[in-house]
Amino acid sequence: MLTAAILYFLIVVPGTCGEMCMSRAMKTIGEVTDFRPHAIVRTMWRAMKVPWFWIGITLMASGFFSLLGMLSVAKASFVFPATALSYAVGTLGGKLFLGERVTPQRWFGVLIVCIGVLLVALGKG
Amino acid sequence: MTSSQGLHLKTAVLIVIMVSVAPLGDIFLRKGMEQVGAMPGWMPGELFRFFFAAFTSGTVWIGIGLLLAFFVAYMLVLSWADYSYVLPASSISTLVVALLARFVLHETVRPLRWAGVALICMGVFVVGRTQPRTTER
Repeated sequence: MLTAAILYFLIVVPGTCGEMCMSRAMKTIGEVTDFRPHAIVRTMWRAMKVPWFWIGITLMASGFFSLLGMLSVAKASFVFPATALSYAVGTLGGKLFLGERVTPQRWFGVLIVCIGVLLVALGKG
Repeated sequence: MTSSQGLHLKTAVLIVIMVSVAPLGDIFLRKGMEQVGAMPGWMPGELFRFFFAAFTSGTVWIGIGLLLAFFVAYMLVLSWADYSYVLPASSISTLVVALLARFVLHETVRPLRWAGVALICMGVFVVGRTQPRTTER
C-alpha cells in the first residue's frame, strides 16, 4: 500500500512538473508550422538545446519508471484513470508556472475530471 | 479557412493521434509489466533486477514505441496550444484505456469506475470548448 502510494505520488507530481518544463521548452522554440519529417527532427534538435527540455526529460523519466513499478502491482483500468489527477496539478501549474489564463469554464472542467478520478479510486476492485 | 479554424483543426488532428496511440501503448506496458511480476522492493539490487527484466521485455518495448509516437505528437501540439488545454483534452484516452483494459486484458471494471471514467470524459468536453491558446506568442 505504501509502495503504491509513493509510486502514485512520483507519477503525478514529478511527471506533471516534467511535462510543464517540456511545454516551456516548446513555447521557447515557437509554434511548429512545418510537419515534414526532416522539419520535425530539426524542431526536436532545437528543443534539445533548451535547458527546460532536459529538466523536463529527467522529471518525466522518474515519472515513467514509477509508472512501470505501479503497473506491476495494479490493474491498467485503475492506474491510468487514477493518474488523471495530474490534470489538476497540470492546470494549476499552467497558471502559476507558464502564465496561462485558465478560465472559470476550464477550471470547472478540471473539477469534473477530479471528481471522476475520485470515483475511479473508490471503485478499485 | 480562417487562422482560428486552422488552429482548431490541426490541434484536433494531433489530439486524435495522441488519444489513439497512447492507450495502446499503456495496454502493452501493463501486459509487459504483468509478465515481469510485482516490484519486489526499494533496495537498489531489487530495483536493478526489476527494471532490467522490464527493459528486456519485447512487450514493454512495443508499449514504449507507441508512447514515443504519442510524445512526438504531444510535443508538436504543445508548440502552439496551452498546456492546460492539451492535458485535459487528451484525457479522453482514459476512456479508451478503460475499454481496452476491459476487452483486451479482461480486467473487471466496476460500475463506479465506469462512472468515474465518464465524468473524466465530461470534464474533457467542458475543457475542449475553451480557447486552445490564452498566452501571447
